Amino acid sequence: MLKTTPLYGYSSIVINQAAFIYATALLVLVIMTFIATVLGPVELHFLDSLLVTDEIVESYILWQVRLPRILFSIAIGASLGLAGALTQGLFRNPLADPGLLGVSSGAAAAAAGAIVFSGNLPWGIPEALSVWLLPGAAFCGALGICFLLDRLARWLTPGSVIGLLLTGIAINALVAAFIGLSTYLANDEQLRNLSFWTMGSLAGANWMVLSLMMLVLMVAFLCSQRLTRQINALSLGETVAAQIGINLKQLRQRIILMVAFLSACAVAWCGMIGFISLIAPHIARAMVGSDHRQVLPLSMLFGGLLLLLADTFARTVAIPAEIPVGIFTALLGAPFFLSLLAKQRKELI
Amino acid sequence: MHPVILERRQLLQGVFAPVAKAVAATTVNSWLFISPTWAKSKTTVLKRLVCVGGALTEIVYALGLDEHLIAIDTTSTYPAATKKLPSVGYARTLSLEGVLSMRPQILLATEDAGPPLVLRQISHAGVQVKVLKADHRYEGLIDRVRAIGFLLGAEARAEKLIKEIDREWQLYQQDLNQSKIGKNNTPVKPLKAMFIMAHTPQQVMVAGQGTSAHAIMSYLNLENTFKDLKGYKPLTPESVIAGQADIILLTDQGLQAQGGAQGILRLPGVMQTPAARHRQIYSREANHLLGFGPRLPSMLYSLAKEIHKIK
Repeated sequence: MLKTTPLYGYSSIVINQAAFIYATALLVLVIMTFIATVLGPVELHFLDSLLVTDEIVESYILWQVRLPRILFSIAIGASLGLAGALTQGLFRNPLADPGLLGVSSGAAAAAAGAIVFSGNLPWGIPEALSVWLLPGAAFCGALGICFLLDRLARWLTPGSVIGLLLTGIAINALVAAFIGLSTYLANDEQLRNLSFWTMGSLAGANWMVLSLMMLVLMVAFLCSQRLTRQINALSLGETVAAQIGINLKQLRQRIILMVAFLSACAVAWCGMIGFISLIAPHIARAMVGSDHRQVLPLSMLFGGLLLLLADTFARTVAIPAEIPVGIFTALLGAPFFLSLLAKQRKELI
Repeated sequence: MHPVILERRQLLQGVFAPVAKAVAATTVNSWLFISPTWAKSKTTVLKRLVCVGGALTEIVYALGLDEHLIAIDTTSTYPAATKKLPSVGYARTLSLEGVLSMRPQILLATEDAGPPLVLRQISHAGVQVKVLKADHRYEGLIDRVRAIGFLLGAEARAEKLIKEIDREWQLYQQDLNQSKIGKNNTPVKPLKAMFIMAHTPQQVMVAGQGTSAHAIMSYLNLENTFKDLKGYKPLTPESVIAGQADIILLTDQGLQAQGGAQGILRLPGVMQTPAARHRQIYSREANHLLGFGPRLPSMLYSLAKEIHKIK
């Protein structure tokens, strides 16, 4: 007995199932947030520090240090998850991540350039600007390389997504050469800064950056919601999507724009945080299938959850020191990824 | 209305409600870091001082101001009393909360401390962050002693310590100058030396210009065979043989990591140098040798005694 469902609708079973998954994920996220708030070098009793204001250190650490950082890690994780889901949708390939669009390598190259060469400029950089130098450079590098790649791909291989992929590989290699050169020319201190940056850190969190990130995330999320059906159609293949009447060129432009901004913001403030954008969409698809109306928001949820978990480990494993978060995203993500593959293998056999 | 739209709206509310709550609960002030009053209060005489950098901690102890100390970093290993103090981790990878958890009033550090972002955040939190220059000069040491004395309101003690250090320094300079004059009042040609940095067995580096090891060599009247290099660079057998160093200088930690003097002699190229033939290998504890702390003159004197055979 086959139950037919309308083209753009859901059966009630699907809705209930999805609602259950959302509710569970949100619940886990809220619980994780509470746990993460309590953990850290300074012992905090959550309710105490909310209510008692005598202990000024505790309330400062809660409101100015820990909460912004926890919410920031959720926001960054959600951005990376969304960017990953969009990229995988665009390339119709579960192995794609925003790095293919040159975002990470562009940011890394600009950051390397800023770290290594800013000291050699004949004119000095004013103190106030130097704070923004690294995030600014990384942001511009990410956007610049991403758009350059897109233009180049459209000129070399008009209209082909595979062409975009191949151009991306070439550009990434070229940019990697520049990073290598900067690394070679760097002195000890610059090298240390550079390697620290490439491992990623959420230590830069504060309310201002958090609200900016939230704004970008929300705008991107709302925009992406209007594209979900087109991305679904694209998953049938470029030809089919074009025949249905989807403007592929426009869709591609919009996705690239969103991915570029999401990843550039994330990479500018946190350095390179790998694996989240690859793995969050996988978890989402394993739970709800490949409908992008569900995959996109769920990727955000799981991305936020994963990064919060990784950052909580990074903050608390080696108290009072901190371990770069990138180590934990891979450490947590990779086994989970393998277990997903194992599950799929069972289904195949 | 389609049920799914509702779902989505609920989801949005669920995700962003905590944020809205947090933002609303904090005042407009907290959009930027506002110093809490605890860090500014100076009701007690003791300053809650966190010292990041082995040489700075040594100076604080030498000044007898260690009562102010509440925490140190992992590079602060001398004197032995430092073992009793809690640590805030490694100087280059400080964490905001790790430092704030000590409730410090002052964070004393050298330029080597970082990351810069975390230092800025600590300063925003109302802690006085004092970053001292980390240059490799004797005069720099004197400046640091004076700055720490000023910072902790103990200028007189600082001047006294500077006098002591300077007296040792002048004595050392006299002895060193004597060692420069050979028989018949002809100047002795300075010996050639190389510094080997080998804290892990796989990664062996030599010290070029701009390193503290280079500065120590020149204070010992030794000519660095790698003075054309900048910073620490990997050791290559050919450059070691070409350098023909008379002296090999390294840290105790490096010597240990290589398995003692025998391990150093096994490094490629080293056996072909005069230093290896005459077993001229000298080492000191890393912080003692390279830290530019208050023990600098006495350390130089003891090394020079061994190397130049003075007195």
